[in-house]
Amino acid sequence: MEAETQAHDDDKPAAHGNGDDHGDAGETSTDGGDTELHGLLAEFETPGALIAAARKVKNAGYTEFDCYSPFPVHGIDDAMGIKRTKLPLVVFGGGLAGLCGGLLLQWWMNAYNWPWNVSGKPTWSLPANIPIAYETTILLSVLTTFFGMWAANKLPQVWHPFFRLDRFAKVTDDGMFIGIEASDQRFELEQTKQLLVAAGATHVEECHTDARPEARSVPRAIYGVMIVLTVAALIPFALAFKARASKSSDPHWHVFSDMDFQPKAKSDQPFAEFADGRANRGEIVGTIARGNLRADDAYYRGLRDGQWITELPAAFKVDADKLNRGQERYNVYCAPCHGFDGAGHGIVPERVALRGGAWEARNLVSSDSVVIKMPNGQLFNTISNGFNTMMGYAAQVPVDDRWAILLYVRALQRGQNATQAELPAGAQVR
Amino acid sequence: MASASEAHADDHGHGAENARETFRGITHDVTKVNLTPIGRWWYPAFGISLLLLGMLVVAVTHLFRTGIGIWGNNNIQGWAWDITNFVFWVGIGHAGTLISAVLYLFRQDWRTSINRSAEAMTIFAVACAGIFPILHTGRPWFAWWMIPHPNDMGMWPQFRSPLMWDVFAISTYATTSILFWYMGMVPDLATLRDKSKDKVRQVVYGLLSLGWRGSARQWHRYERAYLILAALSTPLVLSVHSVVSFDFATSQNPGWHTTILPPYFVAGAIFSGFAMVMTLMLPLRHVLGLKHIITQDHIHAMCKVTVATGTIVGGAYAIELFTAWYSGNLYEWFTFRNRILGPYAWAYFIMVSCNVIAPQFFWVKKFRSNLVFVWILCAFINVGMWFERFVIIVSSLARQALPGAWGYFEPTKWDFMTLAGSFGLFGTLFLLFVRFAPVVAMAEVKAVSPAAHAGKDDH
Repeated sequence: MEAETQAHDDDKPAAHGNGDDHGDAGETSTDGGDTELHGLLAEFETPGALIAAARKVKNAGYTEFDCYSPFPVHGIDDAMGIKRTKLPLVVFGGGLAGLCGGLLLQWWMNAYNWPWNVSGKPTWSLPANIPIAYETTILLSVLTTFFGMWAANKLPQVWHPFFRLDRFAKVTDDGMFIGIEASDQRFELEQTKQLLVAAGATHVEECHTDARPEARSVPRAIYGVMIVLTVAALIPFALAFKARASKSSDPHWHVFSDMDFQPKAKSDQPFAEFADGRANRGEIVGTIARGNLRADDAYYRGLRDGQWITELPAAFKVDADKLNRGQERYNVYCAPCHGFDGAGHGIVPERVALRGGAWEARNLVSSDSVVIKMPNGQLFNTISNGFNTMMGYAAQVPVDDRWAILLYVRALQRGQNATQAELPAGAQVR
Repeated sequence: MASASEAHADDHGHGAENARETFRGITHDVTKVNLTPIGRWWYPAFGISLLLLGMLVVAVTHLFRTGIGIWGNNNIQGWAWDITNFVFWVGIGHAGTLISAVLYLFRQDWRTSINRSAEAMTIFAVACAGIFPILHTGRPWFAWWMIPHPNDMGMWPQFRSPLMWDVFAISTYATTSILFWYMGMVPDLATLRDKSKDKVRQVVYGLLSLGWRGSARQWHRYERAYLILAALSTPLVLSVHSVVSFDFATSQNPGWHTTILPPYFVAGAIFSGFAMVMTLMLPLRHVLGLKHIITQDHIHAMCKVTVATGTIVGGAYAIELFTAWYSGNLYEWFTFRNRILGPYAWAYFIMVSCNVIAPQFFWVKKFRSNLVFVWILCAFINVGMWFERFVIIVSSLARQALPGAWGYFEPTKWDFMTLAGSFGLFGTLFLLFVRFAPVVAMAEVKAVSPAAHAGKDDH
C-alpha cells in the first residue's frame, strides 16, 4: 500500500513544475531570491497513509509539524501525539460564571437594589429564579466554547504561508497533507524531504514566504480605511457630547410619539368644533357636579339670609386641633405679608421697603383695626375672595382650613388685646 | 457527479483514488449549488418570498404607527395570532437543534446530510418567532427595557415573570443556534473559498472561513467544541419550549394551568419541526440535485421521528382531556368540553386530524416512499401544529370563568398579512442561505463516509 503511493506525482498540473525530484524552491513563492523557507508540504493519498506518515514524522522527533485534511481524520491525534484539549475545563469555568452571574444578577436587581414585593412573597425565592440562571449558565458555556475554541486555534488568521501553494487548496476538498515547518530543530531540507517521501508522500513541495519588507507591510489603503472608520465611529459620540454641552430651544426628537400628540382638545385651548370656539365646556345648566352642591351658605360663603354671620358656622367644629391647624396654615399663607403676629410686618412689606417701595399689609390685630370689628362671615369672605391688592385664597386653601385660619386670627386678636386682669394667674406681665 | 453515491456503495475505503473520488464528488455536488448559476426555480421562489416580506414590512409599519388595535385582538383575546405565530415558529426551530445536537450525541451519522439546512431552518424560524413578542407589546420601542441595564429610572426587570424567562431562553437559544451553525459551517466556507474562481467570493468566503486550513490540531479542538456545543444545546432546546409553555402553565387560566404543558410542548415542537424539515428538504433535494446525499433512508428516518412525536402529541391531547375530567374542577372540564364542542370546535378537529391522524400513515413503508404523499402530510402537520397553538391560546381566552368576559376572535386582514409575511421572512432568509451558504455539511459527510477510513490498517 505505502509502496504504491511512493510513486511520483504524475497527475500534478503543469504549473507545479518542481516536484519532489527537482528539490528546488517551489516556483509559487520564488521572487528574485528574496524569500524565506517556511517549511515543507507533503501530500498523501488516503487518510490511512496520512496517519501512518504522521506517526513516522512524530517518531523521527519532529514537533513543529501539522497534518491538514478536509475532515477530521480519526486516529490522527494519537499518531501525532496531540494532547487532549483543556477546552472542557475552560467551558466549565464559563458555565459556573454563568450560573453564579445569573443568580447574582437576579438577586441584586430584584431582592437587594430594588426589592420587588409581589403579593407579599419573599423578595428572594430561588425556584422562580432557576430558569434564568439555567439559561445564563448555558449562554456563558456556549460563548466560552465558541470563542475559546477559536482563540485556542489561533483563528481567525486569514493568511498562512501554505496558502501560497496552489496545491494546498485541495485541503478543503480531497487533499491530505503534512506540513513540517523550517523552525523545527530537526529540520534539514534534504533529510526532511527524504523522510516525507519515505513516509509515502506522493508530492513534496517547499513553501517559501516573501522576505521583502514591503511584501510584509500592510498596504497604505488599509491604514487609510481604518483611520477613516475610526474617525467615523467617533462622530456619534461627538454629537452626543455636543448635545450634552450645549443648549437648544428646539423640542426633543419624537421618534416614537408615545401618545404624546393625540387628536383631542385640552382645557383652555381654542376648539373650532364648538359654537363658542373654546375647548372648555361649562357646567350644564340646571346640574351640579357630585360633591359641589355647597348648599350650606354659612359654611361656604359666611352668609345667613344675605347678612354676614357673626358666629362660626355650625358645620365647623372647633377644637384645639383646628386652632393648631389654623396656626400652621396662617404661617404658610398669611404670615409672609401680615407677619407671624398679625401686625402687618411680614417679610414681603419689609423687603419691599428695603428696596424703596411701599407695600401696605393690614394690621389684623390692633384694637382699632377694622378686622377686629368685622363679622366672621365678612372676614371669611375676604380670605376666600381677597380685598384690594390681596388675592383670594379659595383656590389654594380648602374651606375648612380657611375657617381654621379665621379662628387663629381671632385668637391672635384676642391674645394681643388682652388686659392684665384677663391673663391666667402667674402669667401677668410685671 | 453521481459517482458520489456509487463510491459510497461499492468502495470500502481501500482504493485510494476511489476515496479521493468520493471526497471530490461530495465537494463538487454541494459547492456547485453556490458556485454555478442556480436553477430557474430559485428566482420566482425568491420573488414570492420578497413580496411576502414586503407585506410584513407594510403590516408592521402600520402596526407601529397605529397600534395593535389593527389586529383582531381585544380585551378578551389579549393574545391571539401574535402569540400563536410565536409559539409556532419557535417550535419549528426545535427540530433543527434536535437533528444537529441530540442526534449527534446519539451518534446518528445519517444526520450529517440534513443537519446544516435544519440548523439554518432553526435560526430563521427563531428570527420569525422573535418578532412576534416584540410586535405584540404595542410599544415595541420599549422592548429593550427587558434587557437588564442600569438606567436613570432605577428600574430592573422582574425576573420572576415567565415572560422574562422567555426573553432569556429565546435569546440564549438564538445565540447558541447561530454560533453552532456558523461554527459547523466554517470548514465548508473554507471549501467554498478554495473552490471560488472570482475575487469577490474568494474574499467574502475567505473572511467568513476565518482562515481555516484543516489542521489536525485545530480539528481536534474543533471537534471537542462541537461535542460540547451539542451537549449544551440538548438541555437548552428542552428548556426553551418548556419556558415557552410556562407562559401559559404558570397562569391561573383553565386550559393553560397544567403541568403537562412543558413535555407536551417539547414533543409538539419536535413534531412540527421535523414536518417542516421535510416540507423544505423534499423539494430542495430535488431541485438542487442532492438526492444521493439526502437519500430515501433519511426520509424514512425523519418520517419515523415524526410519527413517534406525533403519537406522543396525540397521547398528550388524551391525557389533557382525561386530567381535566378527572380533576373534578368545574372550570377546567368546561374549558376542554368547550374546546371540543364550543365555538372553536372546528379548530380543535383540524388540530386532531392533522396532528394525530395524518402522521399515522408513516407507519407504512409504502407511504413513506411516496414523496409527494409525504410532503402533503407534512404540510397538513404544519397546519395542524399552528392550529394546536391557536386552540390552546384563543379558545382558552374566549371562555374564561365569567360569562361576561366571553368573546370570539375574528382575525383582520392585518393578522393574515403578518402571518403570511412571517413566511416571507423565513423564505427569503432560507433561499439566500441556499444560494450562498453550503447547504450540506461537506466535512461531516466526508468524515462519516466509508472513504474516510481508506488506507487504514485496522479497517
